Amino acid sequence: MSFYQIIEEFNDFDIPAYLSNVSTSQVKATLQKDFLKPQDFLTLLSPAATEQLEAMARKAHQLTLQHFGRVIQLFTPLYLSNYCVNRCLYCNFNSDNAIGRRKLDAQEIRSEAKAIAATGLKQILLLTGDIPGKAAVEYLTEAVTLVREYFTSIGIEVNPLAVDDYRRLAQAGVDSMTIYQEVYNQEVYDSLHLSGPKKDYHWRLNAPERACQARLRTVNIGALLGLHHWPSEAFFTGLHASYLQNNYLDTEINISLPRIKAGPVGYQPQSPVSDAELVQILLALRLFMPRSGMTLSTREPADLRNHLVPLGITRMSAGVNTAVGGHIDGHTDDGQFRISDERSVDEVRQMLISKGYQPVTQDWHHIAG
Amino acid sequence: MDKLIIGGKELKNRLFIGSGKFADESLIGDIVAQTGVEVVTVALRRVNLNGGKENILNYIPKDCVLLPNTSGARNAEEAVRIARLARAAGCGNWVKIEVISDNKYLLPDNNETIKATRILAEEGFVVLPYMHPDLYAAKELERAGAAAIMPLGAPIGTNRGLKTKEIVRILIEECELPVIVDAGIGKPSEAAEAMELGAAAVLVNTAIATAGNPAMMANAFSQAVQAGRQAFLAQPGETTEFARASSPLTGFLRS
Amino acid sequence: MHVTVNGEVVELSESTPLLDYLISRNLNPAVLVVEYNRKILHRDRWSQIQIGDGDTLEILSFVGGG
Repeated sequence: MSFYQIIEEFNDFDIPAYLSNVSTSQVKATLQKDFLKPQDFLTLLSPAATEQLEAMARKAHQLTLQHFGRVIQLFTPLYLSNYCVNRCLYCNFNSDNAIGRRKLDAQEIRSEAKAIAATGLKQILLLTGDIPGKAAVEYLTEAVTLVREYFTSIGIEVNPLAVDDYRRLAQAGVDSMTIYQEVYNQEVYDSLHLSGPKKDYHWRLNAPERACQARLRTVNIGALLGLHHWPSEAFFTGLHASYLQNNYLDTEINISLPRIKAGPVGYQPQSPVSDAELVQILLALRLFMPRSGMTLSTREPADLRNHLVPLGITRMSAGVNTAVGGHIDGHTDDGQFRISDERSVDEVRQMLISKGYQPVTQDWHHIAG
Repeated sequence: MDKLIIGGKELKNRLFIGSGKFADESLIGDIVAQTGVEVVTVALRRVNLNGGKENILNYIPKDCVLLPNTSGARNAEEAVRIARLARAAGCGNWVKIEVISDNKYLLPDNNETIKATRILAEEGFVVLPYMHPDLYAAKELERAGAAAIMPLGAPIGTNRGLKTKEIVRILIEECELPVIVDAGIGKPSEAAEAMELGAAAVLVNTAIATAGNPAMMANAFSQAVQAGRQAFLAQPGETTEFARASSPLTGFLRS
Repeated sequence: MHVTVNGEVVELSESTPLLDYLISRNLNPAVLVVEYNRKILHRDRWSQIQIGDGDTLEILSFVGGG
């Protein structure tokens, strides 16, 4: 059994047709339910549900308070390397792109970690491009060992790995992993990933499950919103989270909502997601998965992030620089994506406090042995 | 038409009754005739060799589905033995598995119940296990081949109502099988409550059999079950849980 | 000879067909189920089985139950 079998069950199901047939009363009835089935979740992603956004928001807010309290966890990514063998049309690390490539050495990793730790953050997310082979896993393991003294929670966001590799990284000190399927639609996936190991849809799709099997504490999934018909992509993201949660009760399943926006240059999203649609996705996911953490990155502008806090978000990145070595020398060129919320960790912290939320940098601590 | 299908049999009536504890068993026929009850539970016991009462089957109309229970079984093996005997008596292949080794509260043993369910489902029985409401046990019973699950509302015979409501609600949401609330339902309003939650049926015995007027009480239960079912199907209207927020949470989208 | 019926030891003067024994105890065979030496015995065979020394019988019928 893998999540793919659940995707296949919907092969003959016409999602757009279902969505356009949803009535207002169906949405209202769904909002009365205490537990949502997949079909209820899809109902909340319909055009009819857009009229009920405020009601959805109130319920999502109440559920989030009930399960998480007024607490937002803060973290930041640390980019270790932007070398990459994949050619993904939407990503700046695409091996076709003539960007400055860099891979931090041990001394640089320490300097980056120290600079980030000085902001008070305790959760770090280590990122690399995709360089296949054992050496990359060894490099990552070494990086984990190096940053352990600065952070209490270490996550990784790298290419899909085998269970044994996840286990090894867990032993080195990794407690969470993040991997986005990018796009659940298999044909679109194939068309966006021109070449490289990332072309293997299934290897990536099953990576979160392998991380659960390796007993990482937290697994964070998501679809890159904008790549394909967003209601379907949000739907499969929710089903994926629910599948993992039902099968791996001891792993915390988190969902991220990365959105790719149209810009003057670079990749233009085929299916752009508006602010209201992003809110609808967030709310529908919260109502479907009341206990899942939800992450919002600095891809979104400060003002929008402020407004999304009460609607179901539980984790935010802050003080982000997506360039390799950016925390050492302050440059932002050749980063993975352009960030929109450039506030410092402290500014984000103050914003949360002013809204009555508690910013949390550490919610657990390793005990030696 | 709203039908309940269990073991291939279409049922129109969602009140199941037990035939125990009646001061006058001849009332059972009247109750069935008045309410349209289709499923009646019975128990299997050693006959009294020194001449005993008339047989309970004389009082249960022939078109009812007989649901023999395995009361008296303390483990899976005994439950299986009783179920096979009941089938041999020639009254169909339905069985309510009831495994109890706790004589104080009469709570069912889910582990043994699961084992017995697996064996009897394999042998072609229509198995309705009486269980302590627990999600993992319910899923296991589903895999074991149960035709429905019967979580208790409160300990047997206590008439204390739907004390297990929160968990029964979860079972109804999470299980594919019909959920029949068995045991503890003391009043018609509690039967209606279970049906409004989405229970497929309720099984009532003590509350009817020991009422001052069992036939009238059976009628009341039958109507309550129907009302609860209709309320569930009608989908209750919006209750306003939240006072209208003075500053809307999504107002920023319109600015 | 001794036969154990429903847990009680019963004295029989001679080996008897099961069906005759049931009738002799004023039981209505139509509503019974019989376990003979721990095996369920189909009612078709009740007239053929001779109960004798050392046999164990469980004779059951339905009663009210919830």
